[in-house]
Amino acid sequence: MQIARETLLRSYRSMRTIRDFEERLHVEFATGEIPGFVHLYCGEEASGVGVCANLTDLDTIASTHRGHGHCIAKGVEVAGMMAEIYGRQTGVCRGKGGSMHIADLSRGMLGANGIVGGGPPLICGAALSHKTLKNGAVAVAFYGDGASNEGTTLESLNLASVWRLPAVFVLEDNGYGEATGSSYACAGSQKARAEGFGMPYMECDGTDFFAVHQAAGEAIAHARAGNGPVMLHVHLARWYGHFEGDAMTYRAAGEVAAARADHDCLTIFRTRVTEAGLLEGTELDDIDSAVRDEIESAVIAAKQAPLPEAADLLADVYVRY
Amino acid sequence: MNASITPITMPKFGLAMTEGKLAGWMVRPGTRVKAGDDLADIETSKITNAYESPAAGVLRQVASDGETLPVGALIGVLVENDVSDADIDAFIARFTAEFGQQSLGDGQEAAPAEPTVIDVKGRALRVLDLGHGDATPIVLIHGFGGDLTNWMFNHSALADGRRVIAFDLPGHGGSVKDVGEGDPAFFAGVAIDLLDTLNIGKAHLVAHSLGGAIALALAGQAPGRVASLALIAPAGLGPEINMDFINGFITADRQKTIQPVLAYLVHDKSLIGRKMADDILRYKRLDGAVTALTRIAETCFPDGRQADDLRPVLTRGDIKALVLWGEDDEILPVRQSSGLPPAVTVDILPGVGHMPQMERATDINKTIATFLA
Amino acid sequence: MSKKSFRQAINEALRQEMRRDPRVIVMGEDVAGGRGGTSGTVDAWGGVLGVTKGLLTEFGEDRVLDTPITEASYIGAAAGAAATGLRPVAELMFVDFVGCCLDQIMNQAAKFRYMFGGKARTPLVIRAMFGAGFNAAAQHSQALYPLFTHIPGLKVVVPSSPYEAKGLLIEAIRDDDPVIFLEHKVMYDDEEEVPDEAYTIPFGEANLTREGDDVTIVAFGRMVKLANEAADRLEQQGISCTVIDPRTTSPLDTDTILDCVGDTGRLVIVDESSPRCNMAADISALVAEHAFDALKGPIRRVVPPHTPVPFASVLENLYLPSVEKIEAAVKAAMGHRVPEIA
Repeated sequence: MQIARETLLRSYRSMRTIRDFEERLHVEFATGEIPGFVHLYCGEEASGVGVCANLTDLDTIASTHRGHGHCIAKGVEVAGMMAEIYGRQTGVCRGKGGSMHIADLSRGMLGANGIVGGGPPLICGAALSHKTLKNGAVAVAFYGDGASNEGTTLESLNLASVWRLPAVFVLEDNGYGEATGSSYACAGSQKARAEGFGMPYMECDGTDFFAVHQAAGEAIAHARAGNGPVMLHVHLARWYGHFEGDAMTYRAAGEVAAARADHDCLTIFRTRVTEAGLLEGTELDDIDSAVRDEIESAVIAAKQAPLPEAADLLADVYVRY
Repeated sequence: MNASITPITMPKFGLAMTEGKLAGWMVRPGTRVKAGDDLADIETSKITNAYESPAAGVLRQVASDGETLPVGALIGVLVENDVSDADIDAFIARFTAEFGQQSLGDGQEAAPAEPTVIDVKGRALRVLDLGHGDATPIVLIHGFGGDLTNWMFNHSALADGRRVIAFDLPGHGGSVKDVGEGDPAFFAGVAIDLLDTLNIGKAHLVAHSLGGAIALALAGQAPGRVASLALIAPAGLGPEINMDFINGFITADRQKTIQPVLAYLVHDKSLIGRKMADDILRYKRLDGAVTALTRIAETCFPDGRQADDLRPVLTRGDIKALVLWGEDDEILPVRQSSGLPPAVTVDILPGVGHMPQMERATDINKTIATFLA
Repeated sequence: MSKKSFRQAINEALRQEMRRDPRVIVMGEDVAGGRGGTSGTVDAWGGVLGVTKGLLTEFGEDRVLDTPITEASYIGAAAGAAATGLRPVAELMFVDFVGCCLDQIMNQAAKFRYMFGGKARTPLVIRAMFGAGFNAAAQHSQALYPLFTHIPGLKVVVPSSPYEAKGLLIEAIRDDDPVIFLEHKVMYDDEEEVPDEAYTIPFGEANLTREGDDVTIVAFGRMVKLANEAADRLEQQGISCTVIDPRTTSPLDTDTILDCVGDTGRLVIVDESSPRCNMAADISALVAEHAFDALKGPIRRVVPPHTPVPFASVLENLYLPSVEKIEAAVKAAMGHRVPEIA
């Protein structure tokens, strides 16, 4: 499939933004200035971006606790995200959600989610909205190998098939649910699970943007055409711990280093587009530089932004009470 | 039945009443009363009303103050002096036993007439059509925020030998909530449509408050349809109106806020019960009700004054008219009844507020009956 | 206006709102029933107790959705649909089943708006039946409104009669926040006059079903009926009661409760839910904190014991608040000033 030049540039920028955003958070978190929990998406960029490159603002996604990448891929504004993670009033959630609850419904981003398996039922609902309102949109649930065992996820696979919803279930399988390997925690096969619920199963290499883009494009087109849900199993690797501060004593020495060296989605993307003559290396360098500046100014702005006020504590519990 | 013992039973005021509370005897036991004397205050679900003695005699109380009893239950007897206590006791025992039997035999009594929603030229109106006879029919027109139950003490009394129709104006009660422009002319047009639908050529109009302005507008638009006007505290005869009432009625949304607003309506504030307030709150919760009231108020009372001067309808002199007004009316001042042509009978009732037809139901019924005779 | 049952009032509210707004949909287990059955009958049940009967016929399969028996996915779907443009009314059948889907209510729907900095609206209604009196035992009889009341972001409605149910349900459907609407299963055949037209009763405004001088009784749902019966009996004995039906436990009309306690100086709370951390406990704390000086004696709570709901009638009757228990509590609240009752 031919990918438009603009799409390639936008996708690279999106992946680079996620990478820099997360690497910077890794550094900043260590200074103690960022409150709460942070779960980084480094190494998985091609998955979120490859999927979301097939979506519009009208389409809905639901994310996970490891949600920064999905947010950026879906177009949530970076400065607002950074301010949110710093707990500032200028954050996308006014400093009341934090890293695990970044959402922007105007971008079809139904939220990162602190509950493993929280997203798939919500995505059934979003898909039901799209189907009922006949707006041609689809809904995509990102969920991990850990969440793949949650009852909510399995129920949602069933419900989406029963109702023939325009939904895609993107299983981002990074091999670990927290500190436990998926080879231990996931019985049977994901393929058999999809087939058990009567939906098509697809899989792809999550470090290859083109593979993800291609597979997600087919899955989303299938759902959008009214043919019911699809499971897309994306294989990838997590470069950091479950959360920042996780020493990853459960992973073999060299596992992460190998992933960084041999399976960096950004490197793979650069090689591919430059060798094929699709983009110039300098164009990518320019993006790298622009993103570096954007992240830098986002961090500076976040650190200077006002903290929430006492009145914010009581605001927005209800629309009206 | 012993002719010298007259049973006094819980009266039925209005159609929905199934029981009443004896709020208080107004006559001591052993007192001789004549027919028409006030015997007791009876609290209905809506409002407290004086119950007048149906006969003459000496009162013996059976029910005590504060008791709630079903309609028809014995509350006292009127006796002539020569009846022995034993006979009275026997009478009471027999009556009570028979009443108990009747109550058990449910369904024997004919169902009371219920209002029905009818189609009036594409508009759903709730109508209560009572009585029959050859005399010219009466149409009852309630006021702002009211409904056909405002006539609960008058409707059947007036329906003696004639048809009497009460209806909910658009925007009110069980009628459609679209009020068009919300002015008297609009409502008069609807009332004419109602006359057409019910095949009534000409009717006496008995109208209250804003209903008075509607009746005047109707008489102005179609004098041939109006046999006479009996106007109770009518709007349209002067500019002043109590906007605290109008605005409060529109905005109040709970017992605590509506009760003081309703108190403007009557002279004796104790007449306003929580059931009456609750019924109004229930009406106001209906989809479109508050919008309708707001529209009417904006059109009829812009800038806190009545927009329509309908006095010319009366000065024209071609329609027989009666005007009744409570001296202590706090909504529309009684002085608006002055300066009318001499042919218009004006009756001012002392110690009465804006709701004479409820506050002095019997007097009003008699006055109107006499006026129509 | 005509006499309607609690069941009919709820059905009518759903029907009128579905006619009024195409975004309103109904979903749940067997809300129609019959799909996939061998008889081909559709709308076989209309809900397990027939409350949604006939909706499928009028509004079709796209707006009346039978779900698999998977509460987590369909309650979560209702939350997701509400956040993305629909106004779902999801039926949880028995409120006890909330154990299967609490996350979707407590961590998702209730918190979207706050977590997302005020950018979400979740116009979701979850209907469920609750309460004991049907010998339905421990897993089908609980009165769990305190559980939901505890969760910020939810509104909780406990209607006490057919009139109340219709107006409060329409209000719930038009509300932009998630609302838990709890129907006492023993009340479905209760009847009273209910307007044919649509109307709304605002949340957070208590209804005084009667006003008296001696004792304030606060009661919820079906308990309002029992409290009124007790108040009738007590009036014959010279004790006059105010009965407050708060209508919603969240928001709670604390002003009315405090005003009435200020007037009567005595408080009895009738609550069918388990006694620890229930509404009776909450309101007791409220009054103790804000109206302590007005109290002429201890607050009395008429509540079940801290046990699961039992099965056998004799035990269930012992478990539940009753007119007699309320009457006794009011007399106790009156202390030695109560006239001796033979």
